[in-house]
Amino acid sequence: MARWLLVLLLTGLLAPATLAKSDLRGTGDLGIVVERADGSVCIVDTTKRSIVSCIDGLGDLSHASAVFSRDQRYAYVFGRDGGLTKVDLLMQKIEKRIIQAGNSIGGAISDDGKLIAVSNYEPGGVRVFRSDTLEPVAEIQATYAGNGARSKTVGLVDAPGRRFLFALYDAGEIWLADFSAPGAPEITRFEKAGDQPYDGLITGDGRHYIAGLFGEDGLAHIDLWSGQPNIERILDGYGRGEVKLPVYKMPHLEGWALAGGRFILPAVGRHELLAVDAETFEEVGRVAVHGQPVFAIARPDGRQVWVNFAHPLNDTIQVVDVASLKIVHEFKPGPAVLHMEFTPRGNEVWVSVRDADRVDIYDTRTFEKLGSLPMRKPSGIFFTARANRIGL
Amino acid sequence: MRCPTKWPRLLLAEVLALAALGGTTAFAEEPSPARQAELTNLVRQDCGSCHGMTLKGGLGRPIRPSDLSGIGEDALADVILDGVPGTPMPPWRGLLSETEARWIAHSLKSGLKE
Repeated sequence: MARWLLVLLLTGLLAPATLAKSDLRGTGDLGIVVERADGSVCIVDTTKRSIVSCIDGLGDLSHASAVFSRDQRYAYVFGRDGGLTKVDLLMQKIEKRIIQAGNSIGGAISDDGKLIAVSNYEPGGVRVFRSDTLEPVAEIQATYAGNGARSKTVGLVDAPGRRFLFALYDAGEIWLADFSAPGAPEITRFEKAGDQPYDGLITGDGRHYIAGLFGEDGLAHIDLWSGQPNIERILDGYGRGEVKLPVYKMPHLEGWALAGGRFILPAVGRHELLAVDAETFEEVGRVAVHGQPVFAIARPDGRQVWVNFAHPLNDTIQVVDVASLKIVHEFKPGPAVLHMEFTPRGNEVWVSVRDADRVDIYDTRTFEKLGSLPMRKPSGIFFTARANRIGL
Repeated sequence: MRCPTKWPRLLLAEVLALAALGGTTAFAEEPSPARQAELTNLVRQDCGSCHGMTLKGGLGRPIRPSDLSGIGEDALADVILDGVPGTPMPPWRGLLSETEARWIAHSLKSGLKE
């Protein structure tokens, strides 16, 4: 009986007349690639390794990032110009777009999928919106120093319990905003996090928040499972007092890898990755790499970490075997490798090669190139599987 | 010392050569057109990581002509070459020549071409 009902539904008796059966599809193998110079995003299909459609009109997408609705139908794209754009991956169109600030850097979606938070530089702070309508819910001004100055915010992530964490670049603080109760969020301030936090990450279990510090030789860590969460410094003095090299591109922490019981972190101003024990937060090793790492991203199974590098060594990718902390593969995809994104189970990786106007696709086991898609100045690549992961 | 008038002659020759080229440029040499295209891409894409692709600012300050009215071209070239200690602005000396830094400073102050 149930089967007959399903057939009736699928044949369109109860479905909208405009939706042909052949148009039905899931979104679990879709994603978007940001074309940063053109203000457009391309919807891509990771099964067919193809471009579905490119959509214009998203504004200034330098340093753009995206999160996905929990049904994986919508992408929320955060643009440099303060634009927040909700893209419908199925209808291949912009559902809604607002300019929510003058200058922004990234965003996050709450664990219940109902809130979108955006991290802003100008004016500083975090603004929060309803994910369905993009109507404003709250504004967190991130004031500090007692004179009303608002800090640029960075490293914004979601945490379990309808919470968001972010760091105040100008103030050297980390704030926790709790939206679990109706009304205004409850804010917890962690002061003296360190000098110039430039990005942050939360581990996939939602337990550890770590902020990278540009102005200091160490990192700030908060254990959210602790009864009294507070700032703990980790890896103090990892630079061993040596003068750091000029940093031509800030490392990104969102891609920081937790793999095989270790965090693999890019060191600021050094040609090194740091391996840190995920229980004790003690350094357990270092990997000398080709240049200053920008992203160190773990394949979903945690066995490999793929690393790209800052200008002018940004034509190269190295692959680190986590078990041995050895580099097992190195290759040069082309000029300005900006980002890498794995398919949900990690069998393939997509690589944006900005100055070649290409996205290349590789097998992560054989390192064979499987395909190449033309795109204009591609940067960030975001697949819908992120919808199911805390902190992405 | 054997030829004390050589220097002025050379300078004069340079000035005449520049005038003959019809250039309005303020410097004695410029990056090649191909290199200028590379430098423009570098400013938009790589400086743009911090200063915004449209140069209206990000983690770094805005660097449009109106934002740079208070700093001279030479001083700006020095900032590009030596960075700003205590901030994430790195020294680009080693990656950029003085001529290239000066060209970028001039381009930023007069409005970067596409």
